[in-house]
Amino acid sequence: MNAPADLLKTPLNGVHRALGAKMVDFGGWDMPVEYSSLIEEHCAVRQRVGVFDVSHMGEIEVRGPQALALVQHVTVNDASKLAIGQAQYSALLYDHGGFVDDILVHKVADDEYFLCVNASNQDKDFAHITEHNPFQATVENAGPKYAQIAVQGQLAKNTLNKLLTPELLHTKRYHFLDGSIAGVPARIARTGYTGEDGWELYLAPENAVHLWQEILTAGTEFGILPCGLGARNTLRMEAAMPLYGHEIHASISPWEAGLDWIVKLDKGYFIGRESLIQQKQKGITRKLTGFEIIGRGIGRDGYEIQVGGVGAGWVTSGGPSPTLNKNIGMCYMPNNIALGTAIEVMVRGRGVAAQTVPLPFYKRAK
Amino acid sequence: MYPETYKYTKEHEWVSVENGVATIGITFHAQKELGDIVYVEVPKVGTHVEQNKTFAVVESVKAASDIFAPVSGEVVEANDSLAATPEQLNSDPHVAGWIAKIKLSAPDEVNALLSAADYQAFVGEAS
Repeated sequence: MNAPADLLKTPLNGVHRALGAKMVDFGGWDMPVEYSSLIEEHCAVRQRVGVFDVSHMGEIEVRGPQALALVQHVTVNDASKLAIGQAQYSALLYDHGGFVDDILVHKVADDEYFLCVNASNQDKDFAHITEHNPFQATVENAGPKYAQIAVQGQLAKNTLNKLLTPELLHTKRYHFLDGSIAGVPARIARTGYTGEDGWELYLAPENAVHLWQEILTAGTEFGILPCGLGARNTLRMEAAMPLYGHEIHASISPWEAGLDWIVKLDKGYFIGRESLIQQKQKGITRKLTGFEIIGRGIGRDGYEIQVGGVGAGWVTSGGPSPTLNKNIGMCYMPNNIALGTAIEVMVRGRGVAAQTVPLPFYKRAK
Repeated sequence: MYPETYKYTKEHEWVSVENGVATIGITFHAQKELGDIVYVEVPKVGTHVEQNKTFAVVESVKAASDIFAPVSGEVVEANDSLAATPEQLNSDPHVAGWIAKIKLSAPDEVNALLSAADYQAFVGEAS
């Protein structure tokens, strides 16, 4: 079966369909949500290794003598602290302090930065950056130039050991190098969205099928599985990594989302800084909180949270945690609610007992 | 794949009628589309259900899906074993994974449901 004609396809679309993946429309992309079993794919990453096609993710390249000035202007983290070959988690904000997107900033050279952005936000982010570019830095909407393959899990290292030189393999967490993998030029970054060790590989679309097959072959002895966006979501939820449109969006600020650690107010001006300073002075009223269900039921995105029978917040992401074997979720709640508070998640009009718990739900052993 | 004696709906439920009582579940195709099933909300015994109205909820890891009553009547039994082992809907959707039994109030409704052959053609699976 072929992909619906109106959807965007990654270079691995035919591979997914040949593997019998269940395909869904994900923000206009025809993407694999699962291949065999979401739970098995999730557990493969937690216990062994999994490979994901994340070629739908967007890339924006910023170049020129004023590249750093522009990146500093539009992002909340301090990109001046990056060494060449280092990456940082950051965000684009509106003037009012809400999120345009969360992004990864990679410093390729003194005059070149590489931003990895959410697929569905790529055009919006590109427009936002170009509209706030008094520096005449060159900004390129580079998504079509790159496929992206993520290899995640404690045995990702063993898998890639067969495909990478030692220098490339020993890149530290949140660092990257441009090099060759399985004979293919790639940007090899030790980053991920699963809470495990792992790599994200950026490469030319025409090489994606070759590299995918090489990774699957290299990982066979380690029990590698191709993993879909379903497992990607449950993995990132356990690790409490935000998902745009859920934990973060235009009406949420980094203080509320618990992302204080990426905001560097002392780096100088950036878009949204004034609003963040005011919010900090006034204090926030709601905060991203974890919950686990005690009763029977599953909290889903958008469900109401009640405390003592009164509406108190809403679920941003929720579902079963294959690792913890519990029903978990994240929600926005008044920030004066203590951990361990009894709450109710309203599931189809019925209150299901739950309690607030600290985030993240899962942290890998180092 | 699809028992010949059952009737089916385009919403992917199956119905097996015996002595005026319909046993209802979701089809093999439905469970495959949903993926790993982790929670089933069965109707309460004694509830009156109406054809095409929600009468149960099946949740996969990803999402909650309403299950529509393929026939009208009174719930006379629900499969309470699904509370502990919802995965029966994946492993044995047409037998052990039944959801509820309904005493038919409008038995003619059954006649309009799909045969196994028609349902198989509808979902486009080879037999």
